[in-house]
Amino acid sequence: MKSFNYKRHNDYKWVMVIDLDRCNGCGACVIACQAENNILVVGEKLALQKRTMSWLRIERYFDGEWPNLRVAFLPMPCQQCDSAPCEPVCPVFATYQNPEGLNAMIYNRCIGTRFCGNNCPYGVRKFNWFDYELESPLEEQLNPDVSVRSKGVMEKCTFCIQRIRRGKDTAKDENRKVRDGDIMPACSQSCPTNAIMFGNVNDPHSKVAEMAESKRRLLLLEEHGTHPSVIYLKGGV
Amino acid sequence: MDSEKDSEDIKDDKAFASLESIQAEAAKRHIVAGQDIDLTMPEQWLNQYSLAPMFFTTRAYFIFTIALSLVVASGLASWIYQIIYGMGVTDLRPPVFWGMYIATFVFWVGVSHSGTIVSSLLRLTQANWRRPILRGAEAMTAFSLIVAGMFPLIHIGRIWRVYYMFPLPTQRELWPNFRSPLAWDMVAISVYLTSSMIFLFVGLLPDIALARDLCPKGNWRKKYLTVLSLGWRGTHREWNVYEKVSTYLAIFILLIAPSVHTIVSWDFAMSITPGWHTTIFGPYFVVGAIYSGVAGVITLMVVLRWVFDLDEIIRYVHLRNLAKLLLAIALLWTYFYFCEFITAWYAKNPIEWRIWEYLWERYSHLLIIMLGGDVLVITMLSFSKVRSSPILLFFVTVLINIDMYIERYMIVAPILSHRDNAFTWTDYFPSPVELSIAAAALAGFFLLYAIFAKLLPIVTVADIREGKVISGDIRIGNTYVRVRASVEEE
Repeated sequence: MKSFNYKRHNDYKWVMVIDLDRCNGCGACVIACQAENNILVVGEKLALQKRTMSWLRIERYFDGEWPNLRVAFLPMPCQQCDSAPCEPVCPVFATYQNPEGLNAMIYNRCIGTRFCGNNCPYGVRKFNWFDYELESPLEEQLNPDVSVRSKGVMEKCTFCIQRIRRGKDTAKDENRKVRDGDIMPACSQSCPTNAIMFGNVNDPHSKVAEMAESKRRLLLLEEHGTHPSVIYLKGGV
Repeated sequence: MDSEKDSEDIKDDKAFASLESIQAEAAKRHIVAGQDIDLTMPEQWLNQYSLAPMFFTTRAYFIFTIALSLVVASGLASWIYQIIYGMGVTDLRPPVFWGMYIATFVFWVGVSHSGTIVSSLLRLTQANWRRPILRGAEAMTAFSLIVAGMFPLIHIGRIWRVYYMFPLPTQRELWPNFRSPLAWDMVAISVYLTSSMIFLFVGLLPDIALARDLCPKGNWRKKYLTVLSLGWRGTHREWNVYEKVSTYLAIFILLIAPSVHTIVSWDFAMSITPGWHTTIFGPYFVVGAIYSGVAGVITLMVVLRWVFDLDEIIRYVHLRNLAKLLLAIALLWTYFYFCEFITAWYAKNPIEWRIWEYLWERYSHLLIIMLGGDVLVITMLSFSKVRSSPILLFFVTVLINIDMYIERYMIVAPILSHRDNAFTWTDYFPSPVELSIAAAALAGFFLLYAIFAKLLPIVTVADIREGKVISGDIRIGNTYVRVRASVEEE
């Protein structure tokens, strides 16, 4: 198993743990992600066509009829699968597995065959259907650490790889390994109920390593054998 | 038929008779049922009758090609519009990342299949009735593959970076991903296109040489015919090599063709999408391809007969034999469709079964056209009256190709729109841009075919004359000698 190798051979294996019982569906993570990763707002018309660019979405599931209604929220970022179905189908290596278990995406390499989007069972890959324009002062808010994608390329959640790089650089300068809590993706940082946690599962003392072993653990669409790196916790609080 | 003489073409050529006299001679002959070649045809007349589509042009032909060019031009304009504004001008939306373009691609690759398969199969089995169909079928393969090959280009988001897919040694030290079915696909399609082009060209050689010899002096066709005929003179050695090459190519193509469509099916089957991820897709796609391809060959034969007045060459017996083949393949395809459905029904895998339910809810009209059409086709082809009626065959074969297009569409778009993650479920209907490009593909195919028929011989004159020679008496000096009906006796 690939995931096993990552566990053994690498210092880092990034994992996100999302506690579904804590999520109240406020959507702060979606907005934070949008701001951090230069995800452009497509407008009402395209959003109705389901062509939003957001890398992270909150899926709402309704159980029962009004007024006896129970709503469940499911934050859905890229699952960063260890054996990702999107990777082998790309004819140009625009998406690949990096040594820390992330599905990296090379925008400049992508030619837009969109096979990866077809092969992703979670539907988290987004395609740039148009070149989206920013009105004059708005481009000042773009994050300089993240490239702005042009039309015709695929994109998706990167676990805020720019923050991971920065955390590792700082740790290297201080001659140490990355400590638990050094790196925090935008969604995790903005979550008011601390439902999203992020960390290195190869560090046995980290919070996520402990939670990854939880009995409340749930992996999405596990039957496809994708070995996702996003672990959900559900039930039994 | 409203015909006029292409005046400057054949002005001072005594050898080439006028179209009227060629047709008058044709009208005198009566078609003997069940005979694949009229042995009483004089050679001189046969040559001219076969090359007449090339040298005489009707007004209807011009109107037809201009109309086709307009459709192609509108498709090109749509494509340019799409390149400038982005893929958003299509109706594609997550999770339907593939839509009509890929369905059209699979359809045209499918159509391309039978041309060379039928041609090489009949060559290898030495079926004597094969001769008049060969050229038309091979040309169909070449042109439908060209049309199909356009669609991956139209489909991708950044056409200006398409060379990333080619294994070019560059300073970037980047290499295509040969684990991807799309990379296999690119290799398979280009190999098939190259080999079927060579197959077509080799078969054309003696006929090009004949056209060159009969071409009047000063005719603009003379120049390229001289170049393309590669100095063919019809010596024994040339014929010997020609026979060998066409046999080897036939074997080679017969091996390539099924593998190509299997690889096309792997674009779907190798993914983990429910509804695509089935092992039956390889043979199912190959049979589907041969089904629509044989139907396409028959359609073209009927159209050629009608447009170029080739009743003497393409006879009832050819249509009838092809229709028998078509009936067998129709049954086989129905069996495969049944197999695909019955496994999904029996397993009732929730996601896979949900797709069938969705197909029935949303696309029941298309399913009825497809399955009802299939039943109608099999019923009709079972009657020998239908099998020998060009008009009914035309109707049946066009219906088959409509059905097969629907089938390809149903495999691509609806399955993607209702897949694993219920939150993303959506609906897809092709946008005007996609529809106009798909229409341009159809028009482009017929346009290429029509231009081909004007530039190069559409009838396999050499093969027909060979068939005539080996199936009858030939005259040597003052005596007639009986020749054995086999090509091997050289």
